[in-house]
Amino acid sequence: MLLHAENIHKTYTTADGPFEVLRGVDLTLGGGETLALTGESGSGKSTLLHLIGGLDTPDTGVIRLNGTDMAGLDDSGRAALRRGTVGVVFQQFNLIPSLKVADNIAFQARLADQHDAAWAETLAERMGLTPHLNKYPEQLSGGQQQRVAIARTLAPKPRLVLADEPTGNLDESTAATVMDLMLELVSASGAGLLMVTHSEALAARLSRRLHLKAGQIA
Amino acid sequence: MTRVTLRALLSHWWRNPMQLFTLLAGLALATALWSGVQAVNAEARASYDAAAATLGEGQYDRLIRRDGQPMDQATYIALRRAGWLVSPVVQGRYNGVRIVGVDPLTAPGGIGPIELQDGTDIGSFFTGQGQLFANADTAADLPDLTVVVSPNTAPGTAVTDIGVAQRLLGKDNQIDSLLVLPRQPKTQAALDAVVPQLTRQQAQAGSDIGRLTDSFHLNLTAFGLLSFAVGIFIVHGAIGLAFEQRRPVVRTLRALGLPLRRLVLLMGAELMLFALVAGIVGVALGYVIAALLLPDVAATLRGLYGADVSGTLQLRPVWWLSGLAIALGGTALAASGALYKLSKMPLLAAAQPRALAMAAGQSARLQGIGAALLLTLSVTLMFTANGLIGGFGLLASLLIGAALALPLILDRILAAASAMARSVKAQWFWADTRQQLPGLSLALMALLLAMAANVGVSTMVSSFRLTFVDFLDQRLASELYVRTEDATQGAALIDFATPRVDAILPIQNADVQIAGQPTEVYGTRDHSTYRDNWVFLQSTPTPWDTTFAGQTILINEQLSRRAGLNVGDVIPLQGQDFTIAGVYGDYGNPIGQAVIGEDIFATLYPGIAPENFGIRINPDDVPTFLSELEAATGIAATQSINQAGIKAISLSIFERTFTVTTALNILTLAVAGFAILMSLLTLASMRIPQLAPAWAMGMTRSQIGKLELLRAVLLAVLTAMIALPLGLALAWALLAVVNVAAFGWQLPMYLFPADYARLGLFALLAAALAALWPARRLARTPPADLLKVFSNER
Repeated sequence: MLLHAENIHKTYTTADGPFEVLRGVDLTLGGGETLALTGESGSGKSTLLHLIGGLDTPDTGVIRLNGTDMAGLDDSGRAALRRGTVGVVFQQFNLIPSLKVADNIAFQARLADQHDAAWAETLAERMGLTPHLNKYPEQLSGGQQQRVAIARTLAPKPRLVLADEPTGNLDESTAATVMDLMLELVSASGAGLLMVTHSEALAARLSRRLHLKAGQIA
Repeated sequence: MTRVTLRALLSHWWRNPMQLFTLLAGLALATALWSGVQAVNAEARASYDAAAATLGEGQYDRLIRRDGQPMDQATYIALRRAGWLVSPVVQGRYNGVRIVGVDPLTAPGGIGPIELQDGTDIGSFFTGQGQLFANADTAADLPDLTVVVSPNTAPGTAVTDIGVAQRLLGKDNQIDSLLVLPRQPKTQAALDAVVPQLTRQQAQAGSDIGRLTDSFHLNLTAFGLLSFAVGIFIVHGAIGLAFEQRRPVVRTLRALGLPLRRLVLLMGAELMLFALVAGIVGVALGYVIAALLLPDVAATLRGLYGADVSGTLQLRPVWWLSGLAIALGGTALAASGALYKLSKMPLLAAAQPRALAMAAGQSARLQGIGAALLLTLSVTLMFTANGLIGGFGLLASLLIGAALALPLILDRILAAASAMARSVKAQWFWADTRQQLPGLSLALMALLLAMAANVGVSTMVSSFRLTFVDFLDQRLASELYVRTEDATQGAALIDFATPRVDAILPIQNADVQIAGQPTEVYGTRDHSTYRDNWVFLQSTPTPWDTTFAGQTILINEQLSRRAGLNVGDVIPLQGQDFTIAGVYGDYGNPIGQAVIGEDIFATLYPGIAPENFGIRINPDDVPTFLSELEAATGIAATQSINQAGIKAISLSIFERTFTVTTALNILTLAVAGFAILMSLLTLASMRIPQLAPAWAMGMTRSQIGKLELLRAVLLAVLTAMIALPLGLALAWALLAVVNVAAFGWQLPMYLFPADYARLGLFALLAAALAALWPARRLARTPPADLLKVFSNER
C-alpha cells in the first residue's frame, strides 16, 4: 500500500478556543490509484493533505507512506520524503519568482538529486511550456504557471502526487486542459494521486472519491 | 542540494538588484566610516608608539631638574659614580624637527626602533660624526645633515648620538633629562644625597602623548561607531525586508523538501558572503576617507597636543581586519533576529509578504519597554555619570532609547492627526502614512541619530568656538610677542623696548609637579592686561592683588579638577606655601598651569630668565618698532609675531580640530539620507497593492506621487522636531560630562537657532530628494501594473 492513514486527529488553537479539524480519519491509497477528496470549506481536506505530505504533523494517528511511519521522522526526514517521494501541487502555484521556467521545472528534481533532463524536457513539451522556458513566472498567465507547478511536481517522478485544488485559480477551459494533462502524466508515471477539490466534475474523473464532513469521512 | 538552493536564494538578489545594492551599500558605507576612523586612529597610535619607543616616553622614570633647567655633564657623571644606571637625553628643535640625542651605549633599548639598514654606518653613529636617523618626510627637512632613512622613527623626529645633538642644538655640556633604567644595582646612594637639585618623574606621569590624545581618539571612535550604527540600521532594514519578501519562497523551498536547518545555514552563509564583499568595499572606501582626514587629524594633534603624527596612511592590519570583522559582526547582528524568526517559523505560516506593520504589534510593546528603560537609565546617568565610561553610557542610552521611542511617538502623532482629519483624502493620507511607518522606521531612526549628532556636535563646536575666541582675547591681549634666543638678548630687548612701548610683559615659566600633576608655573608681571582680561571660574575678591603681592597662586581648571584643588587650598612651591586665589579657564591646554607674581617667581627660580615677552604697543607702531628693534639688537622680525597672527594660528589649529568631526557629521547625514532613499525604493514595490485601490477610486497617479513626496517630508519634519531636543541633550552630555572627563574642563553651552534651522532645512531637503525618485516612479506606474493588483492577488 502506497499510503495508509489511520485514526488521524488534528486540533488547532483559534481565538475561540481549540478547534478539532480532523476527528479520526482513515484513508488508504495504492500506487497508480487516483482519489478525490471533497468536502465543504473547513471540513479538513487541506489539513489532511498537509499531514500526508509531511507539511504538518497529526496530534494522534498513524500515517505510513511507502511503508515509512511518518511519526518517526524529524524535520530532515520529512523534508527528504517531500523531496523524493511526494510531490505537492498547490492552488497558489508557489513557483520561485526569481528562477526561470526551466529552472523551476527542474528545481525539485535537482533538490532530490533525481534530475532527468529528458523527462523534464518531455514534461515541458507536453505541458506546452517549451516556448516559455526562458521566461520568469510573472511573465506567464495563471494557467501556464500552474502547468509549470505540475511539471515541477512530476519532474522527480514522485510515488505520490498531492494536489490541493490545483485548478482553483483557473478559468473553466484552462482548468480542464490542465487537469487532462495532469491525469495523463500521473498515469504515465505510475504515481498515486490524492486531489482535494470542490469540483464535482473533477472528482468524477478520478478512480475513487472520499467526502469529508466536519473532520470525518462521511 | 546545496548548489541548487544557493542558486535559488541568490536568484532573488539578481532579480531585485536594488535590494542587493541597498544591503551592500549600507554595509559598505557603515564599514567605510568605521574603518576610516579606525585607520586614522591606528596611524596616530603607531606614531605615538614610535615616539614612545624613540624617546622612552611614558616607559621609564626620568630625572629632571626641579627648576626645569638643563643639567650639566657633571651631574650625570656623579650619578653614574654613585651606582645609578641612567642614560642622558638631549632634546630640541632644529629646522622644525625634533632632535633627540641619546647615548646608544647606556640608553635602554639602545637607539629605539631604528632598524639598521644597508648604508647605515653604525661606526659613524657611535663615534659622533654626525649621522642622524629619521623617516623619509623628516629627512627631507634636514637637507644639510647626513640622515639615514629609518621608517620606524617617530614622525617629525630625528635621533642621533647625544654629542651630535648637543652640537646641533647649541647645548654643549648640557643634558635635558636622564632616563632611569628599570634594573638598578641593589646598593646605591640615595638620589637626594647625590643630586638634590633633581626630581624623579614617574613613568606615565609626564606628558604621555598617548594618554593626552586618548580622549580625542575616543571621540573619533564614538563617531565612527555612531556612523556604523546608522549603517547597521540600513542593513537591518534591508535584511528584514528581504526576509519578509522571501517568505513565500522560503515556504516553497521547504514544501519542496529543503530541510529547515540547511535553509537557515544557507541563508546565513549567503549574508556572510555579502558582508565579506561589502566589508572589502567598505575598507577600501574607509582607506579613502582616512587618507582625506589624516592630514587634518595630524595637524590637529600637532597643534593641540604637540603630538607628531605621520600624515601618510599605511595599510595596517589592525584597522582593515577590524573593518571586516565589524562588517561580518554587524551583518550577523542585523540578521540574527530574522534568521531566528525563520528557524522558528512553522512551514505553513502565512506565506504572503506581510507588511512590516503586521509584525510590529508585539515588538512595538517590547520596543516601548526598551525605550523607557534606556531613557530612564540616561536620566539617571545625567545626574550620576562622572567618568568617560559613564559619559559614553549616557550618550548611548540616550540615543538608542530615543531611536527606539521614535516610531512609537510618530505613530501617536499620526493617529492623532488621523482622528482630526475632516476630508476623506486627508483621512486616507494619515492612515496610509501610519501604515508606512514600520517600513520606514529604521530609516527615520537613522535620520534621527544623524540629526541629533549634528545638533549635538555643532552645538559643542560652536560653544567651544565662542568660548575659545573669548579665551584668546583674554590670553593674547598683547599686541606683539617676541621670542629671544637667550637671557642676554632678552635683556637687550628690555633695554630697547622700555622707553618705546606701553608695557613689557615677560613670559617665563618653570616645569614643576603640583599635587602629583605636571604643571607649568608662570611668573607674571603686575599689569592691567591681566587684571582687565582674565576671567575666573572661581576666585577670591582680589585674586590679582594678593598674587602679585607674592601671597597667593592662581591655577587653571585642569589642575583644579585633576588634583581636587579649589580656592582657599594651599599649594607648596619650592618650600613656600601659596593659597589658591583663583581658578581660570585654560582651554586646549593638556596639562596643569599656575600663575604667581613675577617677583616671587624670580626668588623661587633664580636660574630662569625670561626669553619670551608680550609687548603692549599701539598696533600702528608695530612695523616701525620691529625694524628698529632688529637694527638695534639683532632680534630678527622672524622672532616676533603679532597678536593677530597668533590668534589666526590658534584659530586655525582649533578649526582643524573639528574638521574631522564635521566631516563625519556630513557623512552620517548623507548615510541617513541614503537610508531613506533605499527604504522608499524597496518599499515602492510593496506600495502598489496599497495604492491601487486609491487610484481605482479616482485619485490620479500624479496626486499619489505628490502625496508620497509630502509623506516623506512630513515624516522628516516630525523626526527633526524630535531630533532637536535630543541633539541639545547630546550637546549637554558632551559638554558637561564627556568633555570634563576627557579634557578636564567644562564648557558653557550656547544655543545656535540659525544653525539648527539650517540643519533642519538640509534634512528636509535630503528627505525630499530621497523621496523624489520613488515618488516619480510611483506617479509613472503603468495602469496595467495597478490593474494587476485586482486581477491577481499575488
